[in-house]
Amino acid sequence: MPIRRLLLIAGALVLVFAVTLLAGLRQGLLTLLGLGFGAVLQGCRFGFTTGWREYLERRNPHGLWAQLLLLALASSLMLPLLAQHSGELVGAVAPLTFSLVLGAFLFGAAMQLTDGCGSGTLYKAGAGSPLSVVVLPTFVLGSFLGASHQPAWVALGGLPPVDLLRYGWPLALALTLSGCALVALLTLPQARAAGPWPRRWVIGAVLLALLAALHLIVAGQPWGIVYGVGLWGAKAFAALGWNPAADPFWGVAPHAARLAEPIVYDVTSVTNFGLLYGAYAASRWHGPVTTNLPSARRLLVAAAAGLVLGYSSRMAFGCNVGALLGGITSASLHGWVWFAMAFLGSMVGVRLRRRIDVPQGAVFA
Amino acid sequence: MNTNLRLRRFRRFTALFWLGFTVLILLDAFSSRVYRPEPPPIALGSGQAPGGGHCSGR
Repeated sequence: MPIRRLLLIAGALVLVFAVTLLAGLRQGLLTLLGLGFGAVLQGCRFGFTTGWREYLERRNPHGLWAQLLLLALASSLMLPLLAQHSGELVGAVAPLTFSLVLGAFLFGAAMQLTDGCGSGTLYKAGAGSPLSVVVLPTFVLGSFLGASHQPAWVALGGLPPVDLLRYGWPLALALTLSGCALVALLTLPQARAAGPWPRRWVIGAVLLALLAALHLIVAGQPWGIVYGVGLWGAKAFAALGWNPAADPFWGVAPHAARLAEPIVYDVTSVTNFGLLYGAYAASRWHGPVTTNLPSARRLLVAAAAGLVLGYSSRMAFGCNVGALLGGITSASLHGWVWFAMAFLGSMVGVRLRRRIDVPQGAVFA
Repeated sequence: MNTNLRLRRFRRFTALFWLGFTVLILLDAFSSRVYRPEPPPIALGSGQAPGGGHCSGR
C-alpha cells in the first residue's frame, strides 16, 4: 500500500482516538461514522445540489433518484427503530412554520450559488474545493446568526409538527415510500433519454442509508450538519467576548449546555469533523488532486450566498441532511415541505447561477 | 496575476485556514472545564434520552 494511503489512514485513526480520549467512546464512534459519511459523499460524488441542477437543466433525474433511494432505504431502517425505541431514539420532528417555508426556499436558491448544500459544502471543503473553503466561514456565521434569530422566526406562526409515526411505523413507512415513489414516477418520462443510472450514486445511496441508520443507533438522533456549524460560530463569538446568556437560542437549554461544553462533546460537530477529514482522505486516496481556482467575483458571490445558506438552514430547521433526510426518515411532514420549497428555491438559484461566472470544468464543480 | 501563483497563494491560505481551525478546536477542548458524565457508547439500549442539540430545534 502506498505510504500516502497509510498516512491518510493514520490521520483518521489519530482523529478518532483523539476525540475518544477527549469526549468518550460514543463521540469517537460518531467521528468514525463521520469519516464514513465524508468518504462516501466524496468517493461517490453524492450531492443534492448537482442532482437537482442536473434535473432542472438537463432533465436528468439520476441524481434525484439516488436521493429518493437514500430516503427510502434510510426510512425503512430508521422508522421501525424510532417507533420501537422512542425513549432512547428521537426523530427530527419540527413544526410547519412560515420560517420553514421561507427558509427552505432561500436555502434551495443559495445552495446553487454555493455549489453545495450542508453536506456538500462540508465534503467539498474537506476535499479542498476553493469555492467551498470560501463558503465555509460564512456558512458558519450564517448558521450562528440564524440559530440566534430562530425563535423570532418561529414566533411568526404556522402549524404544529405532524409526526406520521403516531399512526404506527408500518403506515408511516408506507406513506414515506409512496411519497418517494410518486416523485420518482413524476420524473420517469425523462429517464429514458438520460442513459443508464450511474452505479456510484446507487452505491452512495445504499452506504449513506446504512451510515444514517448507524448514526441514529449510536447518537440517539438523526444525522445533522448545521447545528454543529452554528455552534462553531457561537463558540468563536463567545471567545471574542460575546455573552450568550440573554440570547433566545444560545442562552437556553439544551443549547446553552452545548455552548459551555467542549465542542467535541457535541454530536453534530464530531460527525462534521469526521466528514471533513473523510472527504479529504477520499479525495487524496488516488493521488494529488488538481484544482481550478474560480474568479474572485465567483468566490465573492459564493461567500455571500454561504451566509444565506447558513442563516436559512436555521430558519428551516436544518439543511438537506437535518431537515430533508432527517425529517423524512423520521416521518415528519416538515421534511417533505422542506423538499418541495427547497426544490422551488433551486429553480431560482439555477437561473441566478447562469448569470454569474461558473467555473467550467472545475474538479469539484 | 499568474494563475499558478494565485493557486499557490490560495493553497497556502487553505492550509493556514485548516491549521487555525484545528488549533481553535484543540484550545476549546482543553480550555472548557465542564463536568459531563460520559454517555453509554450506544444510545440504542442505553435507557437514556439523547442530550439534545439537533438542527430540528431540539
